Amino acid sequence: MKPLLEVNQIQIAFESDSEEVISVEEVSFSVNPGETIGIVGESGCGKSVTSLSIMGLLGKNGKVNKGQILFGEEDLTKVSNQRIRDIRGNEISMIFQEPMTSLNPVFTIGNQMIEGIKLHLKMNPKAAKEYAVEMLKKVGIPRANEIMKEYPHALSGGMRQRVMIAMALACKPKLLIADEPTTALDVTIQAQILELMKTLQKESNTAIMLITHDLGVIAETADRVIVMYAGQVVEEADVFTLFKEPKHPYTQGLMASIPHLEYESEQRLASIPGSVPSIKHMPAGCRFHTRCPYATERCEQEQPRLKDVQAGHKVRCWLTEEDGLRTNSDQPKEEIFT
Amino acid sequence: MPMLETNIKKDVEPPISHTEIGGEETPLQLIIKRFMKHRLAVAGSILMLLIILMAIFAPVIAPKDPYQVYDEFSAPPSAEHWLGTDQVGRDLFTRLIYASRVSMAVGLGAVLIYTLIGTILGAVSGYFGGWVDIVLMRLTDVFMSFPGLMLILVVVSILGPSLFNIIWILGLLGWPAVARLVRGTVLSLKHVDYVKSGVVLGLSTPRILFQHILPNAIAPILVQATFGIAAAIIVEASLSFLGMGVQPPTASWGNMLTDAQSLTVLTDQPWLWVPPGVMIVIVVLAINFIGDGLRDALDPKTLK
Repeated sequence: MKPLLEVNQIQIAFESDSEEVISVEEVSFSVNPGETIGIVGESGCGKSVTSLSIMGLLGKNGKVNKGQILFGEEDLTKVSNQRIRDIRGNEISMIFQEPMTSLNPVFTIGNQMIEGIKLHLKMNPKAAKEYAVEMLKKVGIPRANEIMKEYPHALSGGMRQRVMIAMALACKPKLLIADEPTTALDVTIQAQILELMKTLQKESNTAIMLITHDLGVIAETADRVIVMYAGQVVEEADVFTLFKEPKHPYTQGLMASIPHLEYESEQRLASIPGSVPSIKHMPAGCRFHTRCPYATERCEQEQPRLKDVQAGHKVRCWLTEEDGLRTNSDQPKEEIFT
Repeated sequence: MPMLETNIKKDVEPPISHTEIGGEETPLQLIIKRFMKHRLAVAGSILMLLIILMAIFAPVIAPKDPYQVYDEFSAPPSAEHWLGTDQVGRDLFTRLIYASRVSMAVGLGAVLIYTLIGTILGAVSGYFGGWVDIVLMRLTDVFMSFPGLMLILVVVSILGPSLFNIIWILGLLGWPAVARLVRGTVLSLKHVDYVKSGVVLGLSTPRILFQHILPNAIAPILVQATFGIAAAIIVEASLSFLGMGVQPPTASWGNMLTDAQSLTVLTDQPWLWVPPGVMIVIVVLAINFIGDGLRDALDPKTLK
């Protein structure tokens, strides 16, 4: 199957006052139609920047230096402004983290819904309105007709995120980028929203790129997972493999730091020592070596490449390449990081 | 454990209660409500409404012809001439009414022109940033560093004093303050999430700027414009007083005050200068009260 989106060895840089700072390097992945791909990582690891680069929203200072972002036949790093505007909202949509501020406070819900529909689907106002009501009903909003006349302030966060999803999916995009769509919502609403996204995805065969730092959300929704660290992809696998057999020490650390119900009350949560290196001072060699319990001399000098360890499971680590040094999977992972 | 799980499942999709959607007032209703609480602003609005009606229907209301010269000049108020006559012998009450037209025209006209210019330049400057911003803001600085009244006097003396000239000169000089204000507001609004969602929806840049950002910036612009009307009326009065503004025989509150330049008039014939002076004070006060009320009503931070 031909992938819908293919990100190919991109490097994204931002211009600061004096120098160019490289934020994302050698990132490659692909998204197939109808698939949900999760991107996880700590704050500042480049997951949002990667998604913004797909939408062409890096701003004045940011640019894709190398690599391609292939969407169908087109390279999104090279298309014209006019073309990218046609793609936005129509073929690729995006929903943001903060539903409370994502709707314009001075227009009614109806106005904002209809705007995108009229623009991309070229419907007349009456048809656009009917379609908007239909979309609102689809995302589970009661009294959709009346809500169309309401201003955003009258809606709760969960309702607003539903409206955002309705807007994003109105034009039946091929790809939906969801940048932490549930982070600002409370847990019960979170589950509802994720459920809703999954249902709508099945109906329309939309691919979803889910960006989050919540491994629970990933486990629940994603088919495939990409783990990013310090601007690079460190591991990529399908969701079951990743949770069962995380290969990269960073992924293992992430998994170990999830609290479990069966923990003793006195037990401390595992953590990864140290902090993410600043993008201005990336360590030489493997970017994780300063925090990695298995770091060797080689890790300090040479940068590992992202390599297949199994079909569909890629890891960027010397340990998995030199098979002998690999972590013993019998050893409980938690202990390594405590 | 199984008990717990079923409980959790139930919790996952509760029916969305209708209390989630509050039946609150629309923002506009809220603003009107807040404005109504500002007594002085309401009084000012009523007064301004009356004065605007007076300006529009001047020919109907005024008892005499503003240009007709009567036999008695500088006559004190009487049954025939309610506020007396001026030094040429024209009915002062009638002229007072007609003069409101000049003030309204200058106030509204000049402010309309410069608010329009300032809003467009400020919005473009704030949204695009970069060299566009630098060029426009330096232009603004240059305009702001002109001594205003001096410049107006010079331009008027070159082009000749007339109502029309005053309106557009004030209009062309007043925009920098508005431009700065709008730029600042747009700067803070352009990174807001709903603007980003607009971009993500594929809307064009002018549409985002003028239809999504500007409506959210309207409050400070409106307040600034209101105070601007008062300021423009005062400048017109000053210019007319100096003889550089609206020229007689057209009546303006400013040129009616010119009579008060003589000491005898000032001390012995107060009916010549008190009424126009009072009118200026009343109108400017009323507008400023409206501005205060608007500012409080439109500021989301003032509670109720």
